[in-house]
Amino acid sequence: MKTVKLKGALLATTLLAASAATAQDAQLTIESWRNDDLAIWQEKIIPAFEAEHPGIKVRFTPSAPAEYNAVLNSKLDAGSAGDIITCRPFDASLALYEAGHLANLNDLEGMANFSDVAKSGWSTDDGSAAYCVPMASVIHGFIYNKEAFEEVGVEVPGTVEEFFAVLEAFKQDGNYIPMAMGTNDQWEAATMGYNNIGPNYWKGEEGRKALLAGEQKLTDEAWVAPFRQLAKWGAYLGDGYEAQTYPDSQNIFTLGRAAIYPAGSWEISGFNAQSDFEMGAFNPPVEAAGDTCYISDHTDIGIGMNAATANPEAAKTFLNWVASSEFSNIFANELPGFFPLSNAAVELQDPLAQEFISWRDKCESTIRSTYQILSRGTPNLENETWNASVAVIKGDETPEDAGQRLQAGLATWYAPQQ
Amino acid sequence: MATPKKPGIRWHIVFFLAPAVLVYTAVMIYPLFATLRLSFYSEVDQQRVWVGLQNFRTLFGDAIWSTQFWNALANNAWFFLIHMLVQNPIGIALAAILSSPRLRFSAFYRSAIFIPTILSFVIVGFAWKLILSPIWGIAPGMLDAIGLKFLYQPWLGKEEYALTTLSLVSVWQYVGIPMMLIYAALLSIPDEILEAGECDGITGMAAFWKIKLPLILPSIGIISILTFVANFNAFDLIYAAQGALAGPDFSTDILGTFMYRTFFGFQLQLGDPHMGSTIASAMFVIILIGVCLYLFGIQRRLRNYQF
Repeated sequence: MKTVKLKGALLATTLLAASAATAQDAQLTIESWRNDDLAIWQEKIIPAFEAEHPGIKVRFTPSAPAEYNAVLNSKLDAGSAGDIITCRPFDASLALYEAGHLANLNDLEGMANFSDVAKSGWSTDDGSAAYCVPMASVIHGFIYNKEAFEEVGVEVPGTVEEFFAVLEAFKQDGNYIPMAMGTNDQWEAATMGYNNIGPNYWKGEEGRKALLAGEQKLTDEAWVAPFRQLAKWGAYLGDGYEAQTYPDSQNIFTLGRAAIYPAGSWEISGFNAQSDFEMGAFNPPVEAAGDTCYISDHTDIGIGMNAATANPEAAKTFLNWVASSEFSNIFANELPGFFPLSNAAVELQDPLAQEFISWRDKCESTIRSTYQILSRGTPNLENETWNASVAVIKGDETPEDAGQRLQAGLATWYAPQQ
Repeated sequence: MATPKKPGIRWHIVFFLAPAVLVYTAVMIYPLFATLRLSFYSEVDQQRVWVGLQNFRTLFGDAIWSTQFWNALANNAWFFLIHMLVQNPIGIALAAILSSPRLRFSAFYRSAIFIPTILSFVIVGFAWKLILSPIWGIAPGMLDAIGLKFLYQPWLGKEEYALTTLSLVSVWQYVGIPMMLIYAALLSIPDEILEAGECDGITGMAAFWKIKLPLILPSIGIISILTFVANFNAFDLIYAAQGALAGPDFSTDILGTFMYRTFFGFQLQLGDPHMGSTIASAMFVIILIGVCLYLFGIQRRLRNYQF
């Protein structure tokens, strides 16, 4: 009898001790689609945070980008998702907030460091509630191989006409694939194609807001013209581009086999590591010299709190730290190409990243046209735009038909366009 | 006189059946009915509400949904047709060759042909994508070496070829299964029958067509229905090779990828479990009809020979 009691007492104390230990060390798990950044989170960002907040342990557990939304939704519904959720901009996260999966962050002190535009990607339509801390934006443009440009003797193009002259020069020269992009994975054609060059035609925010309000249609010249330019890209994309995947394109460019790469700034760190030639970047060429240029400066990554987390205090501590300038500095310099959205001044070291961010001063910024509100219904405008951009590049569909198809699809569910 | 005791409930039968029945119910029967049930609901303002057949009306009546559905179904039918016309005849031919007693190294060939079947579809999808890649692949080089470079196309990227190419990759992977089943059936044919045929002057190819083929017809029937069920449930290879959007331009979209995309969502498209379940239910009905047609239309007419 005595031994049994003793054992019981021992068991109870170990249990208590164990629970005390877990209570001391709050464990936070971060859900993310940025599996490319795993090393940076594990080696730089998390150690910096844990050094300041000894009671909190953080784990970064990313999944594959294309599956992230599906995986995250299933995990949240099943109650097995992490404490910190990396937020896609706009509707995907808004739906999570409305379903009660993301906590309201209006009271978080760190939110004061962000402008309303920065917060727009992660606020309700009326702007009354914010649910993710804005982390980074990405800027679109073209990265080019400086050595190839010197070899063939062409200058950085400023207008569309010059742009095609450069492509033609590379085609005639024959040593380089003029432009590295494939249509197999589809999204590049829309993201690095249509939404990259498009803002110059629809005048950035002006056109995007008018489309949202129903004052412009996707069949208008401003929205069809980018397709018209895309239709001319096909000839410069290299043999077999129809089956070329996104990693194929990245490799072709970093191996020095292509001259121009239609890019998002997120490529910078990967390209710096992979390529051994000097790279430059230019913003999407405008129609006539002297026109105002517009760039897609897209709010891309936010970070929020799982409403069902067991450690809300620790999670808030972490989010406040993400909103601080200390995080912005680490993040911006470790991941050149992801530009912090906070108002705090950040020094960038990387020349290519400096080039991209300098366009914020000379051009007007906008976000991708299909992301806010317009991809809420079925058919999904973003996915349809992937498909249409590919069809136009391959010459399977005329630019006008593509515009009409997108407009017809949008009009089936979006009231202002009906 | 002892009256025979009325047999009580034989509990041991229930006892021994229980584990299998419980496990099967939990992992197969319950999810199946839960999915069917889910297809009669929809979500309105975060609430799950009963909508009856509305989801099915949307799927078949709404042009946007129905075009996608019929496209996926037609692609699926083509996928199945290629398997029936290529995989199964080749499987039967390979089995017939392997069962010939004069063939040397038959054990080696048997294993070599069967090995792709046990490979993961991820490996198969990725390996073939690399082989056929216009940039790094060996397919253009190999065709060039024999002077047929002009035949090369970026097959996986062209709408007119992509589905057929992937079907053939799937055939390459799974040809071992019909081969093994037919091989087993051929081995079970008693030598006496073949010898009796020889006495009547039926030898060589004639022996195959007149004696062996009729005897393995039931196995061919089973293989056909297995192929049918597997093809209409297929998803993995297409997803591994072309992603959830089943490009180019949905030309490789089959019911499995269509269901996945709808149920779980993709990129900016949010998942819709209710429409996803509706598609899953439609797939279930299609497969059920196919299997019933086979069972009642063909299986009953096949004669089984007992040796």
